[in-house]
Amino acid sequence: MRKLITAFFAMMVTVVAPSSAMAAGGHGAVLDEVHMNMNDKASLQNGAKLFVNYCLSCHSAAYSRYNRVAEDLDIPLALLKENMMFATDKEGDLMKSTMPEDDAREWFGIAPPDLTLVARVRKPNWLYTYLRGFYQDESSPSGWNNSLFENVAMPHVLYELQGVQRLVGKVEAAEAHAGDAHAAVTDGTNPITIVGDVKFELEHPGKLSPHEFDVAMTDLTAFLTYLAEPAQLQRKKIGVFTLAFLVILMGLSYLLKKEYWRDVH
Amino acid sequence: MAIHRHDNHKSANAFMEWVDRRIPLTKVWNEHLAEYYAAKNFNFWYYFGSLAILVLVIQIFTGIFLTMHYKPDAALAFASVEYIMRDVPYGWLMRYLHSTGASAFFVIIYLHMFRGLIYGSHREPRELVWLIGCVIFVALMAEAFMGYLLPWGNMSYWGAQVIISLFDVIPYFGPMLTEWIRGDFVISDATLNRFFAFHVILLPLVLIVLVFLHLIALHQVGSNNPDGIDIFEKVDEDGKPLDGIAFHPYYTVKDIVGVCGFLIIYLGIVFFAPEFGGIFLEKDNFAPANSLQTPPDIVPLWYFTPYYSILRANTFNFFWIDAKIWGVVFMALSIVVFFLLPWLDRSPVKSIRYRSMPFKIALVIFVAAFILLGWLGMNPVTERNTLLAQIGSVAYFAFFFLMPWFTSIGKTKPLPDRVTQHEH
Repeated sequence: MRKLITAFFAMMVTVVAPSSAMAAGGHGAVLDEVHMNMNDKASLQNGAKLFVNYCLSCHSAAYSRYNRVAEDLDIPLALLKENMMFATDKEGDLMKSTMPEDDAREWFGIAPPDLTLVARVRKPNWLYTYLRGFYQDESSPSGWNNSLFENVAMPHVLYELQGVQRLVGKVEAAEAHAGDAHAAVTDGTNPITIVGDVKFELEHPGKLSPHEFDVAMTDLTAFLTYLAEPAQLQRKKIGVFTLAFLVILMGLSYLLKKEYWRDVH
Repeated sequence: MAIHRHDNHKSANAFMEWVDRRIPLTKVWNEHLAEYYAAKNFNFWYYFGSLAILVLVIQIFTGIFLTMHYKPDAALAFASVEYIMRDVPYGWLMRYLHSTGASAFFVIIYLHMFRGLIYGSHREPRELVWLIGCVIFVALMAEAFMGYLLPWGNMSYWGAQVIISLFDVIPYFGPMLTEWIRGDFVISDATLNRFFAFHVILLPLVLIVLVFLHLIALHQVGSNNPDGIDIFEKVDEDGKPLDGIAFHPYYTVKDIVGVCGFLIIYLGIVFFAPEFGGIFLEKDNFAPANSLQTPPDIVPLWYFTPYYSILRANTFNFFWIDAKIWGVVFMALSIVVFFLLPWLDRSPVKSIRYRSMPFKIALVIFVAAFILLGWLGMNPVTERNTLLAQIGSVAYFAFFFLMPWFTSIGKTKPLPDRVTQHEH
């Protein structure tokens, strides 16, 4: 039986392994890895601030409530009401954008999608790469384009922070991910950044340096990740205790079984 | 003190006598637990029966709590699931227990069926135990399929769309039948409502009745064992099998260990990886159902993927009948063949421990084909994948239809008189 199982697993490895390696390197764009810390409340708070200031005017987070976010992120209610709630004065309200959907359709050709669950649909690395990939493009209706999401309807709402990028071109696979550690290489004139496998030149600097902007986008990605599943902060803590309890219970139940089975030969 | 205890004992006896005259409580307890004798050498594979019952109970219990907050309405369903995830205290836990429970159920049922296969539990006199089990498996697939529509995510919508439109290929009646199933021309509120009714009432009732019948049929003939021999052939003077032990307390205490082991894995996934890398909760299902936006790859949940692969594999118009129709026929057949197993298996022995080499080789090929088909069902169709799916499908069906031949050739090992026990 044991031989059979070993033979079987060996077979599965030979059948599936080459194909999964292909799948990993196959379709899909090059994404930068986001290094976020879901236990860093300051990072999540900064992400929340960016979200309500830059995203929430057009996008909703219509499954999430203001007071839940405040509670989870240790934001005092007074601060929340004063600085984060622009569309309502009831802290238990859902985070809905005030932009009417019909107007949005007229302005952008599409209603901005709800962002509550976007991190579960797109995944954090995609968001982090997307948020940093906006560049100036005169040929597009909004004047902006995105290296990850081509011809996206959304304009670069964060340009005052990042500044204005110009597309330089694709980089080789070896060079991609060089931008990972928020590295901005200066070649004498304008700073060069690499997002995914695309190279940009920063023509007009924004309020933040390229490194500071990467940190801000890490915070925003972390907040969106939290927003998609608020329970994740809680479930891992409960999980540790539950599993520890079960391991002890399993040990005790094994001893009980052994005791009962002493007379079985 | 002693007298007092004696009195208590006496009154307890009197109470049980009162009950037993009116309902056979002690009799049932003894027949099915305290004096139900099972072989003493049950191994790892024998945990999955009791675990399947545990998961059924978990699904019903968590399902009740989800039903309290869920709205079976196309306009409200998706938001109500997020309401459960955010606003209902521990709603996220109930939801993850239920969604992970669905996958756990299939893991357990597949391992339980595999146990039957390797130790010959489908063989005489347990054919009906196996058949009822197969009906449970089909009912469970229907239950899972209908439950998957309820979150009203985009994959729920398109998955149901693809599977229901399979009935379209039935000549003449197809379109009528699909319309009747959906209650509309497309998947809609009407579909969601009826799937909800089936998922929370009809199929759970069917499952409970079938599980009851499965156990009654099993206890009528007694449990098989890893040696596949009849323990009732060697009995003591009281008619108790020499190699048998009472299910309670021996296997009840042993199953507690199995339950703990299962819970560690199951709750580990619930608490630390509830999406299980997009396999238990698919990422496209976190976007609400949208009839205008087809997901790039429509994939069913992992437990349906072997059959889905068989559905997609066929590209030949056998007898001038469209390949698509054959695909549906092959998929249906891939599930129906399980019912035929007791009559396809001609081996003189039941357990893999004594079976001939041809069976062991065929079994390894079958399991490899099953896993290969499952993996292919999660991945896009390419020329290479279609070829692999065709090879996998042929291997899958060959296992069943060549079984009468390969189980009757080769040399089987002699059966032992008594069950064999390995030191753990």
